[in-house]
Amino acid sequence: MAIPIAYNLRNLVVRKTTTIMTALGIALTVAVLLSILALVNGLRDAFRSTANPLNVLVLRKGSNAELTSGVNRTAYQDMKFKAGIAKAANGEPMISPEGVVVITLPSVDNPDGSNVTLRGLTPMGIQMREQIKLATGRWFEPGKREVVVGKSIAARFPAARMGQKLFFGRGEWEVVGIMDAGKSAANSETFADLNLMGADFGRTQGFSSILIRATDPVTVKALVNDLENDQRLTVSARTEASYYEAQTVSGAMIEYLGFFICSIMAVGSGFAATNTMYAAVARRSREIGTLRVLGFSRGSILLSFLGESLLLSLLGGILGCLLVLPLNGLTTGTMNWVTFSEVAFNFQITPVIMATGVLFAMILGALGGFFPASSASRKEILTALREI
Amino acid sequence: MLRYLPLVAKNCLRNRRRTILTIFSVAASLSLLGVLVAIYAAVYLSDTPPAQALRLAVRNKVSLVFTMPEAYSMKIKTIPGVREVMTMQWFGGLYKDETPHNIFPRFAVDPDKLFTVYNEVKIPEDQKLAFIREQTACVIGKSLERKLNVHVGDRITLKGDIFPVTLELTVRGIFEAPEDDELLYFHRKYLDESIRGRLKGEVGMYMILADSAESVPRIAAAVDDQFRNSPVQTKTESERAFQLGFVNALGNVKGFLLSICAAVTFTILLVSGNTMAMSVRERVREVGILKTLGFTRESILGIILGEALLLALIGGVLGLALAQALCMFVRQAPAFISQTKTLTIQPLVGLGCLALAGAIGLVSSFVPAWGAARTSIVEALRRND
Repeated sequence: MAIPIAYNLRNLVVRKTTTIMTALGIALTVAVLLSILALVNGLRDAFRSTANPLNVLVLRKGSNAELTSGVNRTAYQDMKFKAGIAKAANGEPMISPEGVVVITLPSVDNPDGSNVTLRGLTPMGIQMREQIKLATGRWFEPGKREVVVGKSIAARFPAARMGQKLFFGRGEWEVVGIMDAGKSAANSETFADLNLMGADFGRTQGFSSILIRATDPVTVKALVNDLENDQRLTVSARTEASYYEAQTVSGAMIEYLGFFICSIMAVGSGFAATNTMYAAVARRSREIGTLRVLGFSRGSILLSFLGESLLLSLLGGILGCLLVLPLNGLTTGTMNWVTFSEVAFNFQITPVIMATGVLFAMILGALGGFFPASSASRKEILTALREI
Repeated sequence: MLRYLPLVAKNCLRNRRRTILTIFSVAASLSLLGVLVAIYAAVYLSDTPPAQALRLAVRNKVSLVFTMPEAYSMKIKTIPGVREVMTMQWFGGLYKDETPHNIFPRFAVDPDKLFTVYNEVKIPEDQKLAFIREQTACVIGKSLERKLNVHVGDRITLKGDIFPVTLELTVRGIFEAPEDDELLYFHRKYLDESIRGRLKGEVGMYMILADSAESVPRIAAAVDDQFRNSPVQTKTESERAFQLGFVNALGNVKGFLLSICAAVTFTILLVSGNTMAMSVRERVREVGILKTLGFTRESILGIILGEALLLALIGGVLGLALAQALCMFVRQAPAFISQTKTLTIQPLVGLGCLALAGAIGLVSSFVPAWGAARTSIVEALRRND
């Protein structure tokens, strides 16, 4: 027969100072874990939502990043007539030559300048990025020294607000629009006219990468194989999705660090929970004896104390979730090692992450409460009743 | 006060399990705090090593991925206070595969200037000459030699990504640097010839050696002024500032470190406070007896505070020992700033952490101790739990 849970609840309320202190200790551990998970989640989401499943990205053979790649004009002309490329409304093949460089702008976090990706595009390149909408202003006009910046850039780099002039390449560029790319990493990019940019940076013979839209999911594979095996082109092709998936490694490092920190903190707060439960068991010795006299088995005593520890840690877990909630949606930035520039993303606290935090707290509670609970269940009735 | 020490020690031992759990709990949190503070101190507060303090890095103002004309080196050389200028080109590329084990920085440099500009780097004279003489030679750091198990005379093949070329290098020397030496240097000329002159007289970075640390800020300003009206402008900063730029690019590292430190400190406060509250609560009656025996309010306060202090300090010492062990792992990790390659708990950091632990012990136990000291004898003796 189980001891009613209300008994444990009342006990936690009676020792409210101890309960709150122990729960807060667990809550802080959970909060650190959750904020790191939220950080990594936001970062991964930014990369994953950048890719269109039908897009194929072409780079130079041996190169794994747009920044270190180069594809010449002849190869681009050859690629245009590959089978399986989708056609736009006007009948043009959906293929976009792009130029990618990195420029430095002073940011909010880093006044000395953070790296920003600058992408040169043709109108087709913009058309192929359906997820990107203009938030304000207009697109740059071909042949004009104008740029459109992502909304994270506009927010994090005071020099890149609407109407302001950026200085890079061979002169000034006016910010004429701000684009909203949803959660995608394009929010951390700046777009300009491909030809003008190529001229400014002395990259007129070729492009950094070529983005191609396949007609359907089956063709994507065929197109990748076709491009990879074409000996004349010396390019490597991959799906846009796999390209951005590879960039999530930036998150893996933060994640390892986070787990490392949390496991050490967990030892600290776990021992504190054990301490609290031992004290609870010691103080309620006579109660335990009485319960045994009333006919509750050793098993129910064990379960009851374990349950109390779980309740305590559940409280800690929930408190931890509440502590990190204000972080939700907060924007921050980190270095993307593949593009060598800053990528901005939001802390994203999802229900899954919160559940992970609560589960983590409960595991902590179960581990921390097991030994005290088992010592409670092993008490002999007579000695238990005699203790004060 | 000291004569109560045996009593304080006895009190610690009365509930051994609790004492041990508390000590370990404090130690775990404090070890984390110690490592984080050590990293913070190494990155933001440590003194620049004297050799590094003499170096400046020059890059294209637009960003590190753009180059500068080779001719700049002559102009920089004429600036007063500049002892030597070396060109440096990041090669990137791939060694074997992409596993973290095989990732290390590779630079194309001027071999004859390398060991002048990096004058703290040690290499046997014959190996140095062999490296300078042979265009396909390279030198690697001692830790890299160990890590890759590649020795003098062995070959290293680097597959380029920025530069579409595969380089065959022969290790001709092993150097030792006081900080980070997981690096590879080879001839810039070899790179240029392998890609048939495609560097086109362009340079990724210049490393300047100044004659004294005092002239470093002046040289930085002078270099940037020199090229202010050229098509390619430069950004010159001390090597330390250049490295810190990479740490800053990681994001708000300062904020990240400080907020975790705050969370950990607060956790220790809670843990220690909780323990003391529990142990005081158990002996209110005892406090009553002590008072009857003539112990003053102050001495009772002192005994309880002393107990908390003792627990926190033991936990602190244990925690610092753990922190020192954790630093070993940090040293193995890839470094963004060479200081983390030699990370240890500096005496000042250690003392600071211990002081913090002690302070936390005192603060957290003050409320229960004050409560116990103030309880009247009659009330205390009547309490039976």
